[in-house]
Amino acid sequence: MKILVCISKTPDTTSKIAFKDNDSKFEETGVQWIINPYDEWYALVRAIELKEKDASVQLHLITVGLSDCDPIIRKALALGGEEAIRVNATSDDSYYIAAQIAEVAKQNNYDLVLTGKETIDYNASSVGGMLAELLDMPYVSLATQLEINGGIATITREIEGGEEVDEVQLPVVVSCQKGVAEQRIPNMRGIMAARTKPLKVIEPANIDTLTKVVTFELPPAKAGVKLVAADNVPELVRLLHEEAKVI
Amino acid sequence: MVLVFIDHSDEQIRKSSFEVLSYGAALAEKLGTSAAGLLLGTVSTDLTSLGNYGISVVYQVNDASLNQLDAQVQSHLVSEAAKKLNAAVIVFSHNQTGRAIAPRVAARLKAGLVAGAVALPDTSNGFVVRKNVFSGKAFADVSITSDIKVVSLNPNSFPVSTTQAVATVEKLQLEVPAAKVRVTSVNKVKGEVPLTEAEIVVSGGRGLKGPENWAIVEDLAHALHAATACSRPVADSHWRPHHEHVGQTGIQIAPNLYIAIGISGAIQHLAGVNRSKNIVVINKDPEAPFFKAADYGIVGDAFEVVPKLTEEIKKMRQ
Repeated sequence: MKILVCISKTPDTTSKIAFKDNDSKFEETGVQWIINPYDEWYALVRAIELKEKDASVQLHLITVGLSDCDPIIRKALALGGEEAIRVNATSDDSYYIAAQIAEVAKQNNYDLVLTGKETIDYNASSVGGMLAELLDMPYVSLATQLEINGGIATITREIEGGEEVDEVQLPVVVSCQKGVAEQRIPNMRGIMAARTKPLKVIEPANIDTLTKVVTFELPPAKAGVKLVAADNVPELVRLLHEEAKVI
Repeated sequence: MVLVFIDHSDEQIRKSSFEVLSYGAALAEKLGTSAAGLLLGTVSTDLTSLGNYGISVVYQVNDASLNQLDAQVQSHLVSEAAKKLNAAVIVFSHNQTGRAIAPRVAARLKAGLVAGAVALPDTSNGFVVRKNVFSGKAFADVSITSDIKVVSLNPNSFPVSTTQAVATVEKLQLEVPAAKVRVTSVNKVKGEVPLTEAEIVVSGGRGLKGPENWAIVEDLAHALHAATACSRPVADSHWRPHHEHVGQTGIQIAPNLYIAIGISGAIQHLAGVNRSKNIVVINKDPEAPFFKAADYGIVGDAFEVVPKLTEEIKKMRQ
């Protein structure tokens, strides 16, 4: 079985969000970059677990990004996987990213392609579905459990107000979230091994971008909390009813 | 034409579908065109009533096998319908179903996608859609440059508006491909408001000390017809089921009112709830970071404050 895990570089959850150049670009100064948590904790770790169960599994990682992605790729390789591919391009358009990954995936006949459920910066939840379409594979989104047996994937996925269990024959694209696996910390052996694992840099295919961020904006600052005394609960009810008009 | 995907479950049309129908109708008016709905599968609702939300026609692919989701099959049908009907914009809810289908449709039609829109597009200069980015910490205005455009709307971000108008219903004859995904079981919590659709959410954290104390949360939720939720440590300790976990790694919600009881407000929790229109925080620690993100707050013991709040709300609702 060949597995491809798609990873993305995102600012750490605790990063201060600010913009520059007339609010057209994200201010990267001082930002700590991480592997998008859904890609790392769930998609990648589950793929590593599948490989641990079956040594014949081949595990490749891919990202679309410039050389500033290399540290997070090395970190991902320290967790596991034989090799990584970096498509040397950057874009905020999901279609562009998905189409670049699809170009690579088409040449390698992967049985299982995993993504995180969304990135924590663009929150689009789109690359997995687009990739599935471009590869003409079935797509199961928002997985909370994933098992592979005899070429069949059994996937529990989130639906509104509950969950369902799906069965699908490989190949399949799956977007992963909490439940699929547990976060791991790379160990020293993994970190050392990652230094010599192949990181192939390939130039991008000629793909159109279909969307473009024009401006960013921070939400208006909260007016500040209105505190109500603990012995004056009716006042809170009045505020919610008359001022906020939500009850 | 603006084509709106109508999501449904258990023979019922989802609340998020009414939001996208209203959104699609308002967008069509802005573009000087008409809006139509597309329903794949079967529901018990009288489809002509969907005219109330501003659309003139409902196209239906009347095949009960489509009541189960296979993203590949459904995106194929939506794309075929969009081509047949010459749709310029296709609108989805950014709910679980929309997340599965919208990206596939966009890739299939080579249409730009804005996923998680929070407002109507600005069409004064192109087609620019506002969406949440950085997990609710900012907005981005995104321009779609392709001919066909796909927008998925965040649940609870566009008001439902209704009229007395009725829609015509037209059966769409499309060949339904065989599904590759087989749904073997469905496990839904019956009789509760789904978290992502709830207008009011009451949520508890570690401050409640143990699962045996959840009655005060449930009573308040019941009085408000609200959904219940919890913070990550609560779900991780199995005090509450995982599907109630809201936050960065749980479910992201945007209700009109979010009441956080005994939750300190870690940044990962805020990332899941910061799009709520109003936040009430009840916590005995005046230094709890959540107060900084709240609209209203009470510094006090939840076990005293919450039952009183429930009582007052019951009084008001009588």
